[in-house]
Amino acid sequence: MVKAHSELMKRIQSGKFVFTGELEPLKTTDLSEVITEAKLLKGYVEACNVTDNPASNVTVSSLVAAYLIQKEAGIETVYQLRCSDRNRIALTSDLLGAAALGIKNILALTGDHTLLGDMPNAKPVFDLDSALLTGMIRRMVEEGKDLNGLDIKGPRPKFNIGVAANPNSNPIEPEIWKVIRKVENGADFVQTQVCFDIEKTIEFLRMFKIFEVPVLIGIFPMKSYGVAAQFDKFVPGVSVPKDLLTKFKQVKSKAKSKEERRKMYDKINLEFFTPFITELMKSGLSAGCHVMSVHYQEIVPKLFREMGLTKALIPEAVIPETVIPEAIIPVVS
Amino acid sequence: MIIVKRKPINKIFDMIGPADNVLIVGCDGCVGIYQEGGQKQVELMSVILELAKKLKENRDIKIKTATVLRQCDRQIVATSLRPLIDDVDVVLSMACGVGAQTIAEVFEDIIVIPAQDTLFIGMHDRQLKKFYELCSACGECILFETGGVCPITRCAKSLLNGPCGGQSKGKCEVGGWVKDCAWILIHNRLKQKDRLDLFTKFREPRDHRNMESPRELGETFVGEVEAT
Repeated sequence: MVKAHSELMKRIQSGKFVFTGELEPLKTTDLSEVITEAKLLKGYVEACNVTDNPASNVTVSSLVAAYLIQKEAGIETVYQLRCSDRNRIALTSDLLGAAALGIKNILALTGDHTLLGDMPNAKPVFDLDSALLTGMIRRMVEEGKDLNGLDIKGPRPKFNIGVAANPNSNPIEPEIWKVIRKVENGADFVQTQVCFDIEKTIEFLRMFKIFEVPVLIGIFPMKSYGVAAQFDKFVPGVSVPKDLLTKFKQVKSKAKSKEERRKMYDKINLEFFTPFITELMKSGLSAGCHVMSVHYQEIVPKLFREMGLTKALIPEAVIPETVIPEAIIPVVS
Repeated sequence: MIIVKRKPINKIFDMIGPADNVLIVGCDGCVGIYQEGGQKQVELMSVILELAKKLKENRDIKIKTATVLRQCDRQIVATSLRPLIDDVDVVLSMACGVGAQTIAEVFEDIIVIPAQDTLFIGMHDRQLKKFYELCSACGECILFETGGVCPITRCAKSLLNGPCGGQSKGKCEVGGWVKDCAWILIHNRLKQKDRLDLFTKFREPRDHRNMESPRELGETFVGEVEAT
């Protein structure tokens, strides 16, 4: 069994069905909004992913956001790190910084192509890919050495490494090989792309069982029809089930007030995802669920209530005595 | 071969500016073979320029034309162009960026104007009338283990270890689901050959020193060899 450095990994290893959330910092200098969102998830999820320039749209540094979320909201984070924008020097440097700031989980991603984002004229980097990045982090953690075998001074970084997988991938075989490669390179856990089809998801989990790597299945409660439609259109290989999309679409004409609309969206999400998660828990194949309810975190407590789950008693993220002088940390109001 | 695309004629016209004596130089190499910068295109360019100067500025310019065997060969350029170069103000190169620079290297006093934008190293499909970039000159060829498909060039992210999440049904999200995902092509080809062991092979990070510009090969720098 891999060594658990993070609370998330400890929970996974204890055999508990875990939940992780997802937070998306914006293109801003003010992180109060994302910290407020994080506070909504506290006690429900074991840790929160902090996205790194998602879809290559520029946002505030995920490392800074992850640190401040841990500090201000007291919730452990999974720091997402993409290869799209950093070469091996910048990746190593950011990882050392993350270790110094008490980050314990890294999600090693190749990252979307820069052409897809809001600075499509940028130079794409892709010096490493997710498999190589995973190996690089593993080496830092296990040997205390960088990619070129040079020593890292001080204590070795203590990270648990997550990687992404896409059970919706078509064709699926090359994707499976890719995830196996990442696991062989040192991934501790897997978080998947959004899943809607429970049978397909369980089939995917069965294929993975022999690798004995914990897999957290991604779900995506959608705040509105607009969000659902956009996701359906733009995320490769994943489509929102037609009947679900129709239900979302009908809300606008049925609901009389904004409040009513919100309630109806909540209801549709709860009706769809409660049986999905229950089925997943029953299968015993999944380590947990990664809830990507970005900017819609209020659904998470409702989902817990609907499933009859009690608010988990999660200890505060263990954040080491800060190594940075307080003075340089901006005050988050 | 080297794939080029002719610049808009207005741009070429602007670059020539007030010059009175222009030498247009084509190349029988790559650009001559697929008829973008060979003898025929040189003659055509000469007619267009002459007409344009007359119509736009109402003046005559003296145009000479030549097409060399290979504009990327220093010695060929030197011997072929020396007799023509004396009273020339500017040279308009119809070859790739290497051709234009070779002329500039050999004749240091002459202003060289590129008529083309050099795009990539590619394959010509004459039937489809298309060019495909297939090689990035990365200096570390792994085609033998990728089913003859170059992931460095044909994967938008130049990935070494399998496909990313940006493919669906074998198509790449970059460019709007039109181009093939190189890693799905590689997977299918290797599977067909029963060589999936090569697909799953782990590849170490590239050594980017192999792509460090400016690259040279050979014992003597070409600049040290006397041109004639």
